[in-house]
Amino acid sequence: MLSNVIMICTGMIGLAMLFCLWRLIKGPDITDRILALDTLYINSIALIILLGLYYGTALYFEGALLIAMLGFVSTSAVAKYLLRGDIIE
Amino acid sequence: MTSLNNLAVYSDYFVAALLIGGALFMLVGSWGLAKLPDFYTRLHAPTKASTLGMGATLLGSLVWFSVQEESLHIHELVISIFLFLTAPVSAYMMGKAAIHRRRPMAEGTRNAEEAERAAERKGINDRDD
Repeated sequence: MLSNVIMICTGMIGLAMLFCLWRLIKGPDITDRILALDTLYINSIALIILLGLYYGTALYFEGALLIAMLGFVSTSAVAKYLLRGDIIE
Repeated sequence: MTSLNNLAVYSDYFVAALLIGGALFMLVGSWGLAKLPDFYTRLHAPTKASTLGMGATLLGSLVWFSVQEESLHIHELVISIFLFLTAPVSAYMMGKAAIHRRRPMAEGTRNAEEAERAAERKGINDRDD
């Protein structure tokens, strides 16, 4: 039962990532694109967690943690660049 | 032994409910990102719904691994605590960047003139460009 549920959840999160991709392509300004990338990486963390559940291994946890940390750093770096024209002053 | 088997069966339903709920929240958050009219409302949708969806998904993973290996697996909590801490910070930074870029607001936004004042106000070390 749980593998079917994981497949359904994967489909839903894939649809959510398509919405994010649409906003990433269409977004009228660069701030919308940053927000779409931010949502994309959060969705991809959930996708990796679901993959780990599907294979029944905890190995994918480190990948999810890496994506979480790098995603936050890149989002804040780009937002800071937009705000000040510089990242580390 | 039978109680342990029952626990595995019940936890399967619990994990399935958590996973479906989490995926639904992420879908709604991304839908809001695609649908809402201006940047500030779009900022509202994914930063709240995605963290709630991530929390439910990670809780489901935690429960499943804990029941399956019959020991407490709390390392998924690291990701969810990290996300709960960083999502408001990055949302704040993106909103501040949008205010400074003077993104247009949707019709009927309250206190819209305050955003202009916030964009005018500069820090001590700000250059005037």
